[in-house]
Amino acid sequence: MSRIPNKDQVRVLIDRVFVNGVPHNVALGIQLVDFEPEFLELRLPYAEKLVGNPETGVIHGGAVTTLMDAGCGGAVMIRLGKPMRIATLDLRIDYLRPGNRDADLVCRAECYRVTKNVAFTRAITHDGDPSDPVASAAGTFIIFRGDK
Amino acid sequence: MTDLSTALYHARATNDFAPLIALIPYARFMGFRVEVIDDDLRLIMPYSEHLIGNGSVDALHGGTLGAMMESTAIFRLLWSAETVRVPKTINITVEYLQKAERGKDTYARAEFIRHGRRVANVRISCWQDDPQQMVAAANAHFLLTPE
Repeated sequence: MSRIPNKDQVRVLIDRVFVNGVPHNVALGIQLVDFEPEFLELRLPYAEKLVGNPETGVIHGGAVTTLMDAGCGGAVMIRLGKPMRIATLDLRIDYLRPGNRDADLVCRAECYRVTKNVAFTRAITHDGDPSDPVASAAGTFIIFRGDK
Repeated sequence: MTDLSTALYHARATNDFAPLIALIPYARFMGFRVEVIDDDLRLIMPYSEHLIGNGSVDALHGGTLGAMMESTAIFRLLWSAETVRVPKTINITVEYLQKAERGKDTYARAEFIRHGRRVANVRISCWQDDPQQMVAAANAHFLLTPE
């Protein structure tokens, strides 16, 4: 096996650890869209069960929080380059505007700084146009480097 | 009067939130229940396998805790406010304090730090066994639409 895994191998790993291996991400229908070393994209397909306000049909903020947490965690893992146990310390979500009814949500997350113990992330969620996001997030993660 | 406002007036009058939750698909999906004990509202997220995050650490998904705390604040605001309009979340900061364990029900309660006419600042705490041992906490701002 080569020392540098190819993108398909990494995709399988990310999918296993952060999407399909996570029961609540599966329950919400979260899918891995794309990734590069500097970012990760996840999609949350629109579903009736995710609606938070029946009068507007807009997806509940809680589902957006889960999507952003998953996206930021995945971005940390890509940045670290190998599976390590991490835990969210905090996650701040700003709701920038209401989402559109029936629209899938896409989270684009990046891990912009890693120290020995801590990873810093930011993310946006949009419903079709990345330049007009519905929410933004900042998340901090603790990294357990084999010292648990 | 809409179904939502009818269910809300019912909840305020009787402390029975079941008809209101029944109208909110995501609250049903998450299994949320709301009860009022000693004049304080709390939200319960009964344990379910689908709430698990990364299976290898055997903990609830952090997103589920954020979701239940945001919902707790919204129910708390709807319960006490004069308006029947659903408050809009401006932002929420969730702090994860310790692992929320597999197999346990999770609880949350909210208190108003400042409840103005336009904006409410709400602190939410979340626990499993003991209210003094928080598993997570959150602070959130909501935009209110007085009418």
